[in-house]
Amino acid sequence: MSPEISGALQFLALAGSLALAYRPLGDWMARVYSSDTHWRPEKWIYKVIGAHPEAEMRWPAYLRGVLAFSAVGVLFLYALQRLQGVLPGSLGFRSIDPDQAFNTAASFVSNTNWQSYYGEQAMGHVVQTGGLAVQNFVSAAVGMAVAVALVRGFARSRTGELGNFWADLVRGTVRILLPVSVAGALVLVACGAIQNFSGIHEVGQFMGGTQEWNGGAVASQEAIKELGTNGGGYFNANSAHPFENPNPFSNLFEIFLILLIPFAMTRTFGKMVGSVRQGYAILGAMVTLWIGFTGLMMWTEFHHGGPAFDIAGGAMEGKETRFGIAGSSIFAVATTLTSTGAVNSFHSSYTGLGGGITMLGMQLGEIAPGGVGSGLYGMLVMAVIAVFLAGLMVGRTPEYLGRKIGTREIKFAACYILITPALVLSFTAAALALPTPADSMTNSGAHGFSEILYAYTSASNNNGSAFAGLNADTQWFNSTLGIAMLLGRFLPMVFVLALAGSLARQSPVPETAGTLRTEKPLFTGLLVGTIMIVAGLTYFPALALGPLAEGLAS
Amino acid sequence: MSNDLARYDDPASLSTDVPPHAPGRHASGQHASAGAGPAAGRAGGGLFDPGQLLASFPDAVRKLDPRLMARSPVMFVVLVGSVLTTVFAVMDPGNWFGWAIAAWLWLTTLFANLAEAVAEGRGKAQADSLRKARTGTVARRLTGTDEERVPGTDLRVGDLVVCEAGDIVPGDGDVVEGVASVDESAITGESAPVIRESGGDRSAVTGGTKVLSDRIVIRITTKPGETFIDRMIGLVEGAARQRTPNEIALNILLASLTVVFLLAVVTLQPFAVHAGAEQSVIVLTALLVCLIPTTIGALLSAIGIAGMDRLVQRNVLAMSGRAVEAAGDVSTLLLDKTGTITLGNRQAAGFTPVPGVTEAALADAARLSSLADETPEGRSVVALARERYGLREQHEGDLAHAEWVVFTARTRMSGVDVGGRSVRKGASASVTAWVRERGGTVPPDAQVLTDRIAQAGGTPLLVALEDAEGARVLGVVHLKDVVKDGMRERFEELRRMGIRTVMITGDNPLTAKAIADEAGVDDFLAEATPEDKMALIKREQAGGRLVAMTGDGTNDAPALAQADVGVAMNTGTSAAKEAGNMVDLDSDPTKLIEIVGIGKQLLITRGALTTFSIANDVAKYFAIIPAMFAVVYPGLDKLNIMGLASPESAILSAVVFNALIIIAMVPLALRGVRYRPMSADRMLRRNLGLYGLGGLVAPFVGIKLIDLLISTIPGIG
Repeated sequence: MSPEISGALQFLALAGSLALAYRPLGDWMARVYSSDTHWRPEKWIYKVIGAHPEAEMRWPAYLRGVLAFSAVGVLFLYALQRLQGVLPGSLGFRSIDPDQAFNTAASFVSNTNWQSYYGEQAMGHVVQTGGLAVQNFVSAAVGMAVAVALVRGFARSRTGELGNFWADLVRGTVRILLPVSVAGALVLVACGAIQNFSGIHEVGQFMGGTQEWNGGAVASQEAIKELGTNGGGYFNANSAHPFENPNPFSNLFEIFLILLIPFAMTRTFGKMVGSVRQGYAILGAMVTLWIGFTGLMMWTEFHHGGPAFDIAGGAMEGKETRFGIAGSSIFAVATTLTSTGAVNSFHSSYTGLGGGITMLGMQLGEIAPGGVGSGLYGMLVMAVIAVFLAGLMVGRTPEYLGRKIGTREIKFAACYILITPALVLSFTAAALALPTPADSMTNSGAHGFSEILYAYTSASNNNGSAFAGLNADTQWFNSTLGIAMLLGRFLPMVFVLALAGSLARQSPVPETAGTLRTEKPLFTGLLVGTIMIVAGLTYFPALALGPLAEGLAS
Repeated sequence: MSNDLARYDDPASLSTDVPPHAPGRHASGQHASAGAGPAAGRAGGGLFDPGQLLASFPDAVRKLDPRLMARSPVMFVVLVGSVLTTVFAVMDPGNWFGWAIAAWLWLTTLFANLAEAVAEGRGKAQADSLRKARTGTVARRLTGTDEERVPGTDLRVGDLVVCEAGDIVPGDGDVVEGVASVDESAITGESAPVIRESGGDRSAVTGGTKVLSDRIVIRITTKPGETFIDRMIGLVEGAARQRTPNEIALNILLASLTVVFLLAVVTLQPFAVHAGAEQSVIVLTALLVCLIPTTIGALLSAIGIAGMDRLVQRNVLAMSGRAVEAAGDVSTLLLDKTGTITLGNRQAAGFTPVPGVTEAALADAARLSSLADETPEGRSVVALARERYGLREQHEGDLAHAEWVVFTARTRMSGVDVGGRSVRKGASASVTAWVRERGGTVPPDAQVLTDRIAQAGGTPLLVALEDAEGARVLGVVHLKDVVKDGMRERFEELRRMGIRTVMITGDNPLTAKAIADEAGVDDFLAEATPEDKMALIKREQAGGRLVAMTGDGTNDAPALAQADVGVAMNTGTSAAKEAGNMVDLDSDPTKLIEIVGIGKQLLITRGALTTFSIANDVAKYFAIIPAMFAVVYPGLDKLNIMGLASPESAILSAVVFNALIIIAMVPLALRGVRYRPMSADRMLRRNLGLYGLGGLVAPFVGIKLIDLLISTIPGIG
């Protein structure tokens, strides 16, 4: 079987299993977020944190919950890393420096999981399991909560109430993320991923010399790393490491976990707004982009010319032989189109255009299908923009799902789409204009530029993957990337929740033959076009000087 | 309402796409005379004359004032860019490229102002003719029993003024005494005089109109400077124009896109320096201006002004742009039956004789009884008898001695006694009683016939005759509401656009249903009181629907105010005109349908040009990016898919295209995108194809052509 056909079959198997899980999981999530009963462990949690899960919140209260919870998360994780040296179960690792501790705390709380440290050489069991893994769950649950709040904005009318943040947070964790990641961890253990709390082993190498390997609760962290679109690996090599991702099946399974919730959230959305076809239209836009990006990536990686490429059958540098070009390409597209950022190959080694595809994937705003929760709300904001542009062309003031897109709504949506481009472009420009940051580049010219552009694209969009090559463990990068991650995560949430509040207050406009039909393929196409044009126009000059300059050179 | 018939003959009348040779409202024959009057200035519908561009040039220059430019963030950025490039061109005067870019950026700015100036200029001529009507009136104010002459501008609300034949009405008011015919052509363009009388729904007079006969006393209801004609001047000049909610929202989106592109261009310099291809400020400014949505930014306010103007072309004054936008969103139309759906009055539709009587005999008797009946119903009986049976004035001699019985509300009969014969026509009960009084019998068939007509929604009139053979019933005249031609098709069109029509009538439910079925409306409100109407509007609005209605009476005022689009008839009371947010100078309630079309057209034009503007950017990147960076990264020259001659000509071509496209789109902005009623789905497909795909492709062609031209200039390319 040629690697191309094997790649196509892998993709089909992946798409098929995602399709099978779509309805049950989407419906289950809709029930979880619409339920009015509490599970016993949930009641304990509410009692401990002093929350009243029945109390309805308006958007400012909901936002306060999100921000307060996340602020506590950042402080706790920072403190934990700074105190690692005196905590037991730390494998003897020292405390993390302030700038790196801030970067890591910001990274895991913002669901970015950018890592400027080497997991196996810096973080002990306590920080990995008690700090990072916890944030893997709750930062994902926060994203889902905000998405659900926006969906409620579309579903409710004549009320400003968006539900209860604490209930959404706890339910998302207890009823969705925990059960699925337990099942996922079991599958990964069965595949050969490790799960223990053992210490450091000294292992002999083939070519002589020794290497230090440490154990850890890897499979469990791996499951939520993918499921929660986190991406922070236990080991520095991330999903390329055999302890994390042992074989081609585990590779495909990890991609499945990455895409599972983001795609299924569109079903949850459809269910909650009372029209699953509206969810399908959104899903359609996500799937179109996903298939398009994967196809392009396979094409450029398989067919890039040059003698080395010809011998290897494509661009194999930086890819694991056990995954091959297809398994790596599918993974790379999935991880950059979502906010995961886990990697099973080195994006820096991809062809020029392939590297560009990973960057553009993030620059779309990570909405196809995007991060857990953040993908859905990002896509819905783009839908609002698309409706506004196209809605006028049917001769009515624009409306989406019966809600008028007026001055307030467009203000929030416009602010939302401004934030990440502003962060990416400003920080990249600053890093290049200042004398020292550029020292971190391994390469010069277009590829070196790509390293920095990729870093800020990844951080601001909360992806967390790295292009490799850039030494990001400097005070400048630790601080600015940390700031980019926090602003890139929480500023958009402010506008999403404000938008949700504004939508929920409206009384719905009934649908007539004069209404723009947002559940039709035409709208899906329009949405894809809007996303490509808005992101494309924003980043085209920057991409031209990085991946395009490189990719078109040969 | 007299113009309705003429209007229905025009099959395209719902379409608001006005061909240039048939300016708006003058399309139908009845208005042929109006073009010569003071309304001549308002002719010119969708006409766009390149001469207007020249004429508006001074205004365009005047609009370069930064304080005015700041209202449009997009164009303000272009202005700053123009200044910046000019400064850099001056610093390096030997470089033709800097001068060329600077010149074209100034032209871009000017073209945008020109679009707005042309749109406003079209209203100016109209405003001037209105102003003539307003100036220099002298009012004859009543003080007690005396009369004093004061300037029209000195009048206060509550003053009583006298107007006699030949006087110009000095201000807006209500007639409190007398009746007069008034020439309102100064504001409506309609030369036929109208009757204004005290009391009732035709008491309002407008300042600037001319009394043609009789004498009336008017109570002034509006302060000078705020009269109808003043507001009209403000509206057509665009002085009172405020930005509408949707326009503000679009401006926000455009501003945010501008910020994104500003960021993209400003941050590009460090990237370029890193790549070893530092760019000049002139090139970066050119890139920025090409990327920000200048086409829509330049035309946005012209589109709004032109939308209001299109309403004025149809003799509708919108008191706010908000109302025009709301018209596009309307999903329920409340239409008064009389005058809108039906031809105003009931008309005789047939004669049904009782057994033993010929139809011709019945027709003859019915005609005879109606000769003196000056009501529209009576006249229609005469007309039907003439048309169907060729009955003419054959009894002229006999009629000299005729004794006419006039219809009164008490007797509910009319007729004639002549030459030993008495003929009566009227309500069933009255005529039956009349026959019985005279010893005649009423056959049971007569009752059956009247019931059948009543059930079909018609009005039965019994005809009876008394002659030598005694009194007897001859048969029944069927009066019915005649639905205007083409209404069914119009309602069908509206339904396809997702608009529900509700017929409002004072008739009983049975009659109402029959007419509603015939006309094809979606729903009806029978035996409607103003309260019912109000309740219906509130119910529709509670369901999230926007409601449009017309009205003229004082009792319509609350409903007009409640409706999202309330169109008051100019013949109506001032209370109604105050309450509504539009006034129809032709007092044609059917125009509501056109108003909805104009509202939609305004929004479509805005959306289409926005989409076009943004889609244009793709091609500009393909022109400018390779021009900027192919020197250091030769691979990027593969992006130069247009094969532009040189970096300079590529950038200049993009800038020139960007400027010229504004002028090219001015006619579209002023005329509005072609609009035909169709479902949202089809409309989106069509406009997306035209302005989305068209917007992607057009600049590739345009920039290439401009580049071909530019590269022939010696020393370039």
